[in-house]
Formats: sequence, C-alpha cells, structure tokens
Amino acid sequence: MTSEGDSLVKRVYMDANATTPLLPEVMEAMRPYWMERFGNASSIHLDGQQAHAAVDRARATLAEFFNCHDAEVVFNSGGTEGDNTAIFGLLRPGDHFVTTSIEHSAILAAAERIASHGVETTFVAPQPSGLIDPAEIRRALRPETRLISVMLANNETGVLQPVEEIGRIAREAGVFFHIDAVQGAGKIPLDVRRFGCHLCSISAHKMHGPKGVGAMFVRRGTPIESLIVGGSHERRRRAGTENVPGIVGMAKAAELALLSLEDGTIDRVAALRNRLEAGILKLSGTGVNGAHLPQNLGAPAPGFRIWESTNPVPRVANTTNIWFDQLEGEALVIALDLKGFAVSGGSACHSGATEPSHVLMAMGLNKTRARASLRFSLLKTATEADVENVLKVVPEAVEHLRAISPVAAGTLG
Amino acid sequence: MTVNTTIAVAMSGGVDSSTVAAILAHDGSAVVGLTLQLWDQTRLAGKHGIPDAPKAGRCCSLDDVYDARRVAEHLGIPYYVVNQQERFEADVVRPFVAEYLAGRTPIPCSLCNNHLKFDQLLKTAQSIGAGRIATGHYAVNEYDSGRDSGRGRWILKRPTDLAKDQTYFLFGLTQEQLASTLFPLGHMTKPEVREVARQRGLALAEKPDSQEICFIPGGDYKQFLTAYLEEQGQALPETAGELLSSSGEVLGRHDGIFNFTVGQRKGLGVSSPTPLYVLQIDPASHRVTVGADEELATRTLRARRLNWISIPDLIAPMRVRIKIRHRHEPAWATLEPAGVGEVLATFDEPQRAVTPGQSAVFYDGDEVVGGGWIL
Repeated sequence: MTSEGDSLVKRVYMDANATTPLLPEVMEAMRPYWMERFGNASSIHLDGQQAHAAVDRARATLAEFFNCHDAEVVFNSGGTEGDNTAIFGLLRPGDHFVTTSIEHSAILAAAERIASHGVETTFVAPQPSGLIDPAEIRRALRPETRLISVMLANNETGVLQPVEEIGRIAREAGVFFHIDAVQGAGKIPLDVRRFGCHLCSISAHKMHGPKGVGAMFVRRGTPIESLIVGGSHERRRRAGTENVPGIVGMAKAAELALLSLEDGTIDRVAALRNRLEAGILKLSGTGVNGAHLPQNLGAPAPGFRIWESTNPVPRVANTTNIWFDQLEGEALVIALDLKGFAVSGGSACHSGATEPSHVLMAMGLNKTRARASLRFSLLKTATEADVENVLKVVPEAVEHLRAISPVAAGTLG
Repeated sequence: MTVNTTIAVAMSGGVDSSTVAAILAHDGSAVVGLTLQLWDQTRLAGKHGIPDAPKAGRCCSLDDVYDARRVAEHLGIPYYVVNQQERFEADVVRPFVAEYLAGRTPIPCSLCNNHLKFDQLLKTAQSIGAGRIATGHYAVNEYDSGRDSGRGRWILKRPTDLAKDQTYFLFGLTQEQLASTLFPLGHMTKPEVREVARQRGLALAEKPDSQEICFIPGGDYKQFLTAYLEEQGQALPETAGELLSSSGEVLGRHDGIFNFTVGQRKGLGVSSPTPLYVLQIDPASHRVTVGADEELATRTLRARRLNWISIPDLIAPMRVRIKIRHRHEPAWATLEPAGVGEVLATFDEPQRAVTPGQSAVFYDGDEVVGGGWIL
C-alpha cells in the first residue's frame, strides 16, 4: 500500500460537503495577493490601497452573491464564525433562541454555551423527511424570542429548508432570523431579500474557495455585536487584519459559483447525483435518507429549483444520503477509502472515530441505521466516469461487508 | 491492494503497537493502522473525584490517538479510528461493574481482548479487505501442523521477554483468531523494541508503558463504579455488611463488598496485632471474612467459561502450571474436568489469594493449554 502522495490510482472524491478543492481560476486570482500585493488593507499607502481595493471588489461580488448591499457584507473566517457571531452577537441573558436539532455543531455548541448564560434554546425537530416544518418554528416562538436560526441546506441529507416561509414567520413575530447557508451557497441561488433574513453565513471552502475565509450578510441596522474586537475593520463588525488573498479567492469562487448555477453545470451535477443514487438503490436493503414527501407542507417554496429525481423532497443538486441494511457504515467508508473513494459516514468525534449522524437520528433513524448510512456529495467537477466507478465498487464492497457484518439482520429504522 | 495480504495493525499510540506497524511497513507488507475508540475519557471526568484531564498513556486518550496517527503519517500508511464505544461498554465496562458488585475482582483486559481487540478488530479488518491483524502483544503464536504431535492446532506460547509476557490476557483466543493474528514482538525484548522504534524514527520510542485499567482515569475503580452507576441513573447497590474473622467472630462492619478483593490488606477498617487480609467475600450475605496471611492459601480452584488452545478439550487429568493473576509465577497443579464446562485444579503447593473473577491460565511448558474464569 502506498501513501496518498505516491498513489498512482486516481482517487474519486465524493465528499464535497466536507470541503472542495480550489478551482484553478481561484488559485490564480489569489496568487498576486501573497507576495506582490501583500499590503494591509487598513494602511494608507499605495500598497494598502491596492489591498483595500481588492477587498472592496470582493465585497461587491459577495453583495451580488447574497443579493444585498456592499455594506451588508462582512468577511470573516468561515461558517463557524458566522454561526457563532449570530448567536453570541445577538443573544443576551433572558432571551430565547429557536433553532433546529439538525443544525451544524457551530450552532448547536454555541446554543449549549449560551444556555449557561441565561439564554434558553428550543430545538425544533425535523420531520422524517428531513424537512423542518415552519409551523413548528412558529409554535416554538415566545414573547422573549430574539433569534431564529435555520440552515438553508442540510449538510448530511442536502435537504433544503423552507427558509422563505420561516423568514415570513420571523418578520411577523419581529424576531431576528439567521440562515446558516454554508451548504446551500453555490448550490442554489442565495437571495437574502427573498429569504427575509437578517443574517446569513457562508464559507468559501465549501464552494471551491480557500479554507479559513467566509462571509456574513448582516442586514443594515441589525444590532449585532462583534465576536472579535480590536481594530475597526469591516466597519467594526469583525476586527482583525483582512485575509486579503482569502477574500479575493472567495470572491472568485462566488463568481464562478453564480456562473455554474446558470450555465448548466449544476444541472449536470444533479443528473450525475441522480444516476448515482438510482444505481445504488438497485442494491437490496437500501434507501435514501431525506426522501419522504412531507404531509402538510405542500409544494416547496417557489423560486427553489428542484432537481427531478426519485426523491420528492427539495435537495441541493450534489448530495445523496443512503442507508444500507446489515452493515457497518464506518467499515464501508474505510473500505471505500482504501479502494480510492472518499465518502462520508456520520460525523467525526474528537478522536476521529465516527459517531452516528445527529441529523439522521433527529429524523428518527435508529442508531444502527444511522451508522449504516453514507453521504455521497459530488464536486461540480464530478464526471460520469466517477459515478460509474463508484457504481462498480460500492455493490461489491457492500456485499463483502454484509457477508462479514456482525450487525444482525433487519435494522429497520 | 490484494485482499488477503493486507495486515491491519491495532495501534494504541504506544511504543509496542507503533513498532509493530513500523516493522511490518518496513518489511513491505500492505499495512493499515486501526485504533479502536473504546471509551470517551471525558465522559465521567470531574465526577466523584475522577480527574478532569485524563493522563496520556491510556487507551483512547486524545494524546494516544494523536501519537498513533503521527506514527501512521510517519510510516506513510493509511490510518483510521474505529468507533467501538458501544461494544466496549456492553462487553467490558458493564461486566466489570457487575463483577465488582458481585464481590469478584474482574480483569477487563481479558474481556477486551476476547470481545474487542481480536473478535471485533478482526471483523473490521476483514470488512476493509485485510486478511490478518497484528498487535503489539508479547506472545508467540505458531501453527503445529501435527506431523509429530498429531495436533494440527494453532498454539499460543510465552514470548522471549518473559517480563512482558501477555499470554495471561490472551487465553480466550480461538483457533480462527490465532490463525489470523500476527504477534511480531513475540521474539523480541522490550529494549529491542524500543531500539527498533528509535531506528525507525518513531518519536514515541521513549514513551512510558501504560499500566492501569485504561478506562479508569486516576486508577480508583470505586470512584468509577459510583460515577458510572450515577450516570446510568442507578445508585451503588447496598452491599454493606459484617466483617468476620475466619472463626466467625464479628470484627466490625464494612460499607460494601465492592471495596474488597481477596488478599487485600489495606482499608479493612479493623485493627489487629497481626496483619489481616480479605479471605472471602460472600455476595449473598455481604459478609467479608478476614484472617492471617497463611489462611489465604488454598490448594484448589474451580474455573469455568473455558477456552482451550493447545488441546481440543480436557478429557483426562493433566499436569499443568497455572497462573492465577498477571504477576503470578505459574504453579504446578493437576487439572481435571469437573462437570459441564468446569475444571478443578489441585495445586501441588497451596497458592495465596485465589481470587474469584480473575482468570486461571494453564501452561504446558511455554505453551498455553487454555484458561478460564475463577469461580
């Protein structure tokens, strides 16, 4: 066995929801800002001005990406910072917070922390389909509710949440609304005006930009306190010398993402995902997590494009989450990795071991089935050959594991 | 990757298993490193006196996983952490707690070897396309083809470095497990292992050995019992009772039978001109009998839940040497079948502190004949 570096076999990467590689154009756009145009955007001299101009241009691109004003874009270090800022920056002792049990840990852990500071949180559970029912959000509201935070797209299932409707509920109730759009950005068009949110967090590295940089839409007049204090950067909303190369890279990634939503790329990804999903579902004892038509939600909110597939729930184009009866998902992930295929099965705990996904458990899957579920999330650069290769390897691997698997038959969820 | 030649190395983050990975990788074998995540060291931290920050040198501490991962990176081998926490709790932690509450003194390491390190690890290895596993245990396994002995069995033998002999904890291995396992350190001494680790550039070559029970930070099992039961929503069962002399005289009372182990001297709570030791714990009456050192000696023991290695079964009396705890010099005895799934051992010389819950491992020369759990 060779280490990853000298491996001659081309790897197939289907874990785009974890992270994505830079596109070459992004790398090129960033290049001058490391050594030539290295200035500090806060400096008054020409070097600083060049950096400042680059950040301004990036801000304009992100404003277009969010559909907001330039002044409403705050650059930060990524999705976790955005999520944390929404919570720590708005909530004070005595406030009430409404979110969902399928959020990213950047929201869940922050909610846990503010609990000890006198902020109570209501976690709304999803339906078995993976969708959040807006009526449940409304029911969770209290007079002292100050913030609602709901993700746009779930990282595990790809299910798109009815944020527009939740935005209306927030407006009616006079409550601030934050959207964690990390997994939606670049996969569907963002429109913070239509979503009706006050805050919206995204991360560059989930859409072929660099790691360690993100952006947050902060609607004018939203009284949010900066998480990080120091200089007056980002109009005092986020201190710290601007990560100029990162910001430039993020803007290029956003620009390319917008293009990919219009030029047919995203539809091609959806078609590949659907083919992959249909191929795997031919195996007995499999199914999609996040696939039931909700009973009382009606059609998905207008404006969302739903890519036709076997799955009637609105999802992003690149993600499918599939359960396999009678096997250990963790072993399947490892077996596939050793064969050159990167997929994900649950979330990594502190040691790196796999924990069953809290999202799938919240949807009502039992631990065994949650453990036996795999997420395939395709890059925009995925090819037909990638899908064919996965469809060649997965059935054998599943069969092999089932022959050995210590898991008893019948792990119905 | 060729399916049956790949070897999965159980990597704990210690010197021994890291060196095994280094040796096999250096030999050109296809190697995958696996660490079993068995217990969350932060789970009971800070409760009932359990230390907040677990020390390094315990299985599943983050430092050990970090060390194992760094070794794998250094060797350029794939490495994964496998979550076996639920099985570990069910197969090792719960029986451990139950044994103490029943007045016995358990050995979690043997249970872990039987249920996790060999059984489950082998299944995981096979699942990911590795035909064999390798561990850093000091033991030797060999196939006796039976040409001379007529046995045709896998044999487990004591290692070259008798001070590190771990065969006592391995008596539960099945023939299939022995056939699929490599013990590359069996013919090496610990100093040699450290030397190889140094030669292979392993940063942890000087890391001290771990000693205590891995899931009990601080080493105080009573704290662990209390904290674990509380987490499970249970109180420690009431097992307080009388402390008796061997002649039946009541010397005092004790707080619970789980505080005692046969042969224990400290913490009895009674004063006496001569040292007193726990002789017997009666889980039914909660009586704990204490007496003089010489009263600890017994000539027989019974064992059950047996596993045989060098023989298919015990059908006639057999002369063996028996080890009744990890640091015990094996003692000569005659072993004979005693009812269904039980054996009776009669020692040539009386043995001190035969402890229910520990295992008895039977040796014929260097070979492990088999073993069982002391009643």
